[in-house]
Formats: sequence, structure tokens, C-alpha cells
Amino acid sequence: MTDASALIREPWEDFARQKEGVSFGFWIFIASEVMFFGGLFFAFAVDRYLHTQAFRIGLQHTDLTYGTINTALLMSSSFFMTAVVRGAPAGLRRTTVFGLAVCAALGVGFLITKGIEYHDDISKGLIPGAGFPLRPDATQLFFGFYWIMTGVHAIHLFVGICLVLLIETLIVLRRLPLQSPTIEIIGLYWHFVDIIWMILFPILYLLGRWP
Amino acid sequence: MHVWIKPAGVWIALLALLAATIGAAHAELGALSIALNLLIAGICIGLIGILFMNLARSSVLIRLAAASGLFWLLFLFVMTAGDYLSR
Repeated sequence: MTDASALIREPWEDFARQKEGVSFGFWIFIASEVMFFGGLFFAFAVDRYLHTQAFRIGLQHTDLTYGTINTALLMSSSFFMTAVVRGAPAGLRRTTVFGLAVCAALGVGFLITKGIEYHDDISKGLIPGAGFPLRPDATQLFFGFYWIMTGVHAIHLFVGICLVLLIETLIVLRRLPLQSPTIEIIGLYWHFVDIIWMILFPILYLLGRWP
Repeated sequence: MHVWIKPAGVWIALLALLAATIGAAHAELGALSIALNLLIAGICIGLIGILFMNLARSSVLIRLAAASGLFWLLFLFVMTAGDYLSR
């Protein structure tokens, strides 16, 4: 199964080209995701420009400790994923299996931390709508963005964890060869989800926190 | 071992940048803090994209596909900003 010719799928005749095609297709998908998140980020930027003070007050009510822990967790997970993506084609089975397990664990750690943070946010009543505790009203806009952007990011991360656990299982069962391009594109997806958080962290936890 | 060493350097750099960006926000430099936070976010994204996602050693086709996302994003930003900033 480790023979490259066994990995070739229609319509490719050459494994190197197939790998290139898989990467190319996945980067197109990432570009579409960039447009999706880009729209959200720009809407945030426009509303922050229109309601600067309210967004600053909103931001001062997010929890920097949870945000920092989660940023460090995702940065670390990307490190392990890079070792997986470089080790797998070289046939390093133990590195691959270990790296994927740590990645999934760090991803779960992120979601648990986020869950605790959401619980705190809910207990403080930071959900836009009647009885919202902060003033002026535009602070609700900030928290609208907070919930949507972190929520959509968490869904992406959840999908990433499922994909990592899926290929981990297939690799352990020797149903997925280490040279498969699938491992590389799941790595790309994982890093992309990390990149989105690299933007969410400053705009939701840092910008103007200490004016 | 070699698959760990190079990424470890980037990992340490990322964690150092995380500390730096919190420090920059805490330093109460006003607009400069915000600029530094965004600049550091850009550096982190660059490190992850170029080194972790291997764009540094990818083919021209892959780099173009990656750049196309940013290129179209630029259209979205420039045209929308052209509306809001000129009102």
C-alpha cells in the first residue's frame, strides 16, 4: 500500500500530479472560506468604525485569559500538525499517529475552554436582546459578532477534530497509507482554522482593551 | 527528529508573538497598540501560511490559488470601504 502507484486515482496517471491537483483544489476551497470569513471581518470593521467606543466597551467584557489560553492551544496544535504533514510522507508512522492524537486533544482542549467561556458569558447575560447588561446599545452589535464569529470558528474546529480522528483511525487500522495526499489537505484545513483564530483573537480580545 | 526541529522554531516564535501582542495591548499606546496588534496578527498568519502550510516550497499554481483568495478579498474590502468611508 505504500507504493505510490497504489494511491493513484482517476483521472491522474502520475502521483505527483495527483498530489498537486488535490492541493490546488483544496486551496480553492480555502480561498472560498477566506471570502466567507472576510465578509464577517469586514462587517465587523465597518461597525467598529461606526461605533468605536461601544465596541471597545464590549471588548473589555470578553475574557482575555480564556482567549490567550485558546490562542496558545491552537498555535501548539498547528506545530504538531506540521510535524504530521512532514513526517507522514517520509513513512514516520509513530510520529504521525502521535502528532494527530495531540492535535485532536489540543482541539478538544480549545472547545472545552471555549465552552467554559461561553458559560461565563451566558451567566453574565452577554447575549444580545432584551435585558442586555451593557450600554450603549451598540455593545450588543459587538457581542452579536462575538457569538457568530467564535461560533462559526468553533464549528470549523469541531469538523477539523472529526477529520483528524477519522484519518487517525484509518492510519492505525492501516486503511490509509501514510503517503496519501488526504493527510496533507487535512493539515491545510487545520492550519486555516488556526489562522482564522489569529484574527479573531486580537479583534475580540485585544484592540483597545486598555485605552 | 528533523520533522520536529524546524516547526519547533516557528512554534516558539508564535508563542513569543502571542506574548508580544498582549504586551503591546497592555502598554496603552493608543492607536499604536491597535496597529501593533494587527501587525503581529499579520506576522502570525504569515508564519503559519508560508512555513506551516508550506507555501514557501509550493508550486506557482498553489501559490496563485492561495493569493487569489486574498486578491478577491481585496476587491471586497476596497469597494465596501469606498462606500462607507466616502459617505
